[in-house]
Amino acid sequence: MTPTSHSAVASDPNDEGTLVAQAQAGDGTAFAELVQRYQRKIYRLAKHITQNDEDAEDVLQDSFMKAYEHLKGFHGQSKFYTWIVRIAVNESLMKLRKRKGDRFVSLDEPIDTGEEEVKREIAVWEGNPEQQYSQEELQGILNEAVETLKPDFRTVFTLRDIEELSTEETAEALGISIPAVKSRLLRARLELREKLTRKFKRKGDNAFGYV
Amino acid sequence: MVTCKQFLKELNDYLDPNTDPVMKTHLESHVSECMNCFVIVDTTRKTLQVYKGMEPQEIPEDVKARLWKALERKMVAEGTS
Ligand SMILES: [Zn+2]
Repeated sequence: MTPTSHSAVASDPNDEGTLVAQAQAGDGTAFAELVQRYQRKIYRLAKHITQNDEDAEDVLQDSFMKAYEHLKGFHGQSKFYTWIVRIAVNESLMKLRKRKGDRFVSLDEPIDTGEEEVKREIAVWEGNPEQQYSQEELQGILNEAVETLKPDFRTVFTLRDIEELSTEETAEALGISIPAVKSRLLRARLELREKLTRKFKRKGDNAFGYV
Repeated sequence: MVTCKQFLKELNDYLDPNTDPVMKTHLESHVSECMNCFVIVDTTRKTLQVYKGMEPQEIPEDVKARLWKALERKMVAEGTS
């Protein structure tokens, strides 16, 4: 990454950069506003990665505490959001490792995207799930599907496709290579696609009909 | 000729709007002839769409309350307003 271009900070008081500067100068209200803004996303991320309520709560608290402690060391070369996500990812992975012992350490091992494995369920979806299920039901279905992924996959998927970090940011946050991010993301996407297709596919003879 | 297996390997690139158009056209030629991959592309797109459209849920009240309490204690200890 290059030592970035510092564009002029807008004077909008709700601008993230302004809030961070105020918080760094000791303004507790500004920091509270940042917490307010990102707490739900951080909690969701922690839950997706740890799959445990208690751990997710710890991660939520510890991440913002750490951010507060290290705020002065944050120089704005990345966005505050990316920074806090990175802290939360580290905290979440630590929790996960603690719980799973050493079963989850192979963060950079290559993954085979076997064709047979992902082509099992080929059918079109019945309409639009967002219209067919309540928000709550849909949340349940989506969370359940993510839960079944292996930690390596669901972590990458969460960062890339839910929190919308870039491939580079994800690689950096997880300390893995860019090709590893890409292959895991592909695998996660295909697995989720298959799981959701089982749920949402058009039933009956015409399951394969676009025409 | 792109095989299904090769195509699936490149699926991320195919879905990525920033992919080189030459590469995209190359992959497109497979999708236009292969119904299976066409369906996979379509349902993968929809999968990503539903996840992206998901708003983060509210944090349970007690969890939120404990977060604020912890932060407050921290701020008092560090002497900020
Ligand atoms: Zn094909």
